[in-house]
Amino acid sequence: MHPSKPRRPQPWPIRLAHWANVPLLAILAASGLQILVAYPRMGPRGRPFALYPFQDAMPPSWMRLGDWLAGARSWHFAFGWFLALNGLVYVLYLALSGEWRRRLFLPRRDTRDAVATLAYYLRLRPAPAQTGLYNGLQRLAYTTALIMGVLSVLSGLAIYKPVQLQWLTRLFGGYDPARFVHLLLLALFAFFTVGHVALVALHPRTFGEMITGGRRPDAP
Amino acid sequence: MPPERILTRRRVLLGAAALATSACDSQRPREGFLGVMDRFNERAQSALFHPNRLAPEEPVGQLTPPGDFPHYFLSDTVPLAPEGWRLDVGGLVARPRAFTLEELQRLPRTDYRIRHHCVEGWSAVASWHGVRVSDLAQAVGADPRAGFVEFRSFDQGYYSSWDAPGALHPQTVLAYGMNGAPLIPGHGAPLRLYSGVKLGYKMVKYLTTVRFLPEATGGTWEDRGYEWFAGV
Repeated sequence: MHPSKPRRPQPWPIRLAHWANVPLLAILAASGLQILVAYPRMGPRGRPFALYPFQDAMPPSWMRLGDWLAGARSWHFAFGWFLALNGLVYVLYLALSGEWRRRLFLPRRDTRDAVATLAYYLRLRPAPAQTGLYNGLQRLAYTTALIMGVLSVLSGLAIYKPVQLQWLTRLFGGYDPARFVHLLLLALFAFFTVGHVALVALHPRTFGEMITGGRRPDAP
Repeated sequence: MPPERILTRRRVLLGAAALATSACDSQRPREGFLGVMDRFNERAQSALFHPNRLAPEEPVGQLTPPGDFPHYFLSDTVPLAPEGWRLDVGGLVARPRAFTLEELQRLPRTDYRIRHHCVEGWSAVASWHGVRVSDLAQAVGADPRAGFVEFRSFDQGYYSSWDAPGALHPQTVLAYGMNGAPLIPGHGAPLRLYSGVKLGYKMVKYLTTVRFLPEATGGTWEDRGYEWFAGV
């Protein structure tokens, strides 16, 4: 926190929250899919949502956790707290440490660089100048993932307690739309994870930094 | 010298492995670590529950089309009320008695149209009418020390026990009608429990007995591992 001592690329609270997310997201995703199996349709009874293309499709059994509906619900509601808590601690750390400045996407600052980086990945441009810890596209991706996490927790609460938290359920358009959004966010997290792992494989240095913290910028 | 108190790395790893395999047993979700969290969630749900917060009234247009609201019972065929059916009301009450359907229908009637939330994840909308459990409690002089209410049925002994705040909620009724018509056997005739504040499996159909009790019992699904509080 001291201004004269530049921070490592990945301070320990970031690393801890990051690696705690791996088992927690896996447990929540897998138990969520087991819950979905109990009623693999979107939309209320008698009025299936036309825009959901996978009505009645079952996720494969290797993706699921909890064996049966009550088991899966227990896993989901036991570990959901820890995922939410992890996210809360992470957000508080970002806010209090000032880390948000080099991690979050600020449209005015980062849009141009995000577009340039995307063009580079699409082989349309040479590598853009790397200015800080993250480029604009990374900031956009990580900020989007953070928002997705918040929406996952909120849509989950909206379908867990659609009467006691009915104001929240109403924000998502009702119980069945909230359930649809909750599943949609799982699909988006799956896409994010594939892209994230692929890009880490292309830049292995970042993987080491997320374990060790990396070198301080002024280290010899 | 304190014996065997040293936390070796091996012991921590063994402990973690034992915790991971035994403390989270999907077949026994009310035990181990999952059980600890189940009881924590029960307290959290109970704290979140507000006795006067109502499930929102749904517009007519949201009614589930006839035939799409699922029928559910344990028996192989639709359970039918035995000859001379009565509702037995007892436990910690001043005036235990058996009610005929006509006697229940003479008590104040409550109507609402709300969304049903099934533990499986589906929802459906119907309107229901019947007598509030709180009005029944008043009619028999239920003791305020009865913190729980148990509902039993003639469908293979299907039953469920409720916390009194949920059972006495203004939208918890003993329903004898659905969508403006008398209840049909597929939906629990002659009398079923209905509520805006619990998951579907708490709403016992084919009622025979209501007992006001000082402690919680279980339930058909609850005894198999489903959560007991099951608020929505």
